[in-house]
Amino acid sequence: MKEKILAVLEQREGQIKKVSYEVLSLANRLSRQLACESEAIIIGDEISNILELNNYSSDKIIHFKNSRLNYYSSSAYSKIISDFVNEDQFSIVIFPNTAMGIDLAPRVAVKTNSAIATDCIKVELNEGNLFFTKPVYAGKSLINFRINSERKVFTIRPNIFKAEKSDAGKASIEVKEVSELDLRTKVTSYKKSEGKLDVSEADIIVSGGRGMKGPENFHLIEELAEALGAAVGASRAVVDAGWRPHREQVGQTGKTVSPTLYVACGISGAIQHLAGMSSSKYIVAINKDKDAPIFNVADYGIAGDVFEILPALTQEIKKLKS
Amino acid sequence: MKIAVCVSHVPDTATRIKIGTDRKSIDNTGVTFVINPYDEFAIEEALKTKEKLGGDSSTISITVGDDSAKETIRKVLALGIDEAVLLKTDKNPDSLSVAKALAEEIKSLGSEIVFFGKQSVDYDSGIIGQLTAELLGFNCISVVVDLNIEGNKVIAEREIEGGREVVESELPIVITAQKGLNQPRYATLKGIMAAKKKNITEKQIQINDISVEIAEMNLPPSKQPGRIVGTDVTAVPELVRLLREEAKVI
Repeated sequence: MKEKILAVLEQREGQIKKVSYEVLSLANRLSRQLACESEAIIIGDEISNILELNNYSSDKIIHFKNSRLNYYSSSAYSKIISDFVNEDQFSIVIFPNTAMGIDLAPRVAVKTNSAIATDCIKVELNEGNLFFTKPVYAGKSLINFRINSERKVFTIRPNIFKAEKSDAGKASIEVKEVSELDLRTKVTSYKKSEGKLDVSEADIIVSGGRGMKGPENFHLIEELAEALGAAVGASRAVVDAGWRPHREQVGQTGKTVSPTLYVACGISGAIQHLAGMSSSKYIVAINKDKDAPIFNVADYGIAGDVFEILPALTQEIKKLKS
Repeated sequence: MKIAVCVSHVPDTATRIKIGTDRKSIDNTGVTFVINPYDEFAIEEALKTKEKLGGDSSTISITVGDDSAKETIRKVLALGIDEAVLLKTDKNPDSLSVAKALAEEIKSLGSEIVFFGKQSVDYDSGIIGQLTAELLGFNCISVVVDLNIEGNKVIAEREIEGGREVVESELPIVITAQKGLNQPRYATLKGIMAAKKKNITEKQIQINDISVEIAEMNLPPSKQPGRIVGTDVTAVPELVRLLREEAKVI
């Protein structure tokens, strides 16, 4: 099969998600390295910032459109993508490793008779073969692997691959109206959670652990997060204790995150927590116990009382930003 | 109807990983294996679904693994699952080959409601439920935190970035469970005693094509421990300076 790459982009509520640019940039890089064509696909209704794609690609981008595709439907979306992959003979299909991507990619893999791997953090060409790296055991180890099928489907972890602007010219965006939809499984509504930012998408995360002593003290975490424009995270201990919702949990049975900055407050650093956050670019730890394992992965630490340090840190950040 | 739940047998999350001598898998020496944490929610939901459907409905668990998985399967039975199937292989199959084996078994059982954990905490792929559903031609809702099955109709909430989606579908269906879906029960002494008498059917399976071929397993690059900037509030300005000037992250 001749190599040909398809980047699957994602929109939510008519807005292209940031990870889409990362998928597009990887597709561009691989198409240069493999000297092959690449195209992109996006499914939805009206997409307000679709022209933004011009900054990242000069390829053909097909927008499959229908008002009922505004919300995700695994049956409809997977059929559209699979038919397109089969008809246009794509050999490499890249998805973002998001809630949607990870739901969709395996169905497309089966429908297009290809093998699949998820959550890749590295994709490299070595002597004509693609080699992939993915964390396993929540990041306690990494596997390097090949996909031995003619057609390969894989998902990439958000925030790892660079979104690179390209000045090669404008993309050609083609709109295809879809009329027949398989809506056997469909989203009927979307409930936004109260928190402003989700840990899996945030550049900065401020997390609290048992050292916060109780749910009533988490306003200190929220205030620092607010000042930094960060998402609020939590350790498993405080989620299990019911202080914080599960969606904030970082670690092996929560979310694995790799933000630019991770601030761990009153978190001792159980192995399950470290597994979920130690790939963050910079880690700050604030904890009374100077021997806590969190300091082994932290770039900067303050071995002191979170109740004194957090308000002072919030003040200092506010001062800086004003 | 048989309500199926697929369970994997994984190292306890507290395990410190050592790479095995083959450099492609972990060293299992001294590692405690447990029910995959997300599968606990799948098992609970299967039990609740059986209680709700009543009649002649029953529950069955399916595991792909070797003989060492039997201990984990007994724990599943102790929680109240009626019977179990162990699909035996000594190979280390990839997601697609596991899904193929599961799909074949589910087809022969005639199950129309199948539960999975949303991901297995060993390879962390998070796709076996969706692959199995697609191979069977079933509908599928993944990462479910709320579920309601009425007759043929299924309404679920799934967790996504920054919120939840309400999803409608119908049977036959595969559901993958996220933490928060329910509160898993503990095994009772009676359950543990009863589990000893329950049936585990063992079947040898053939894994032919492993399409994801592991070349190497490595530990992540270890991080250099950083700097303790101070022990009280006087360290705060210096911390902020470092974040701004050295790390350039704020």
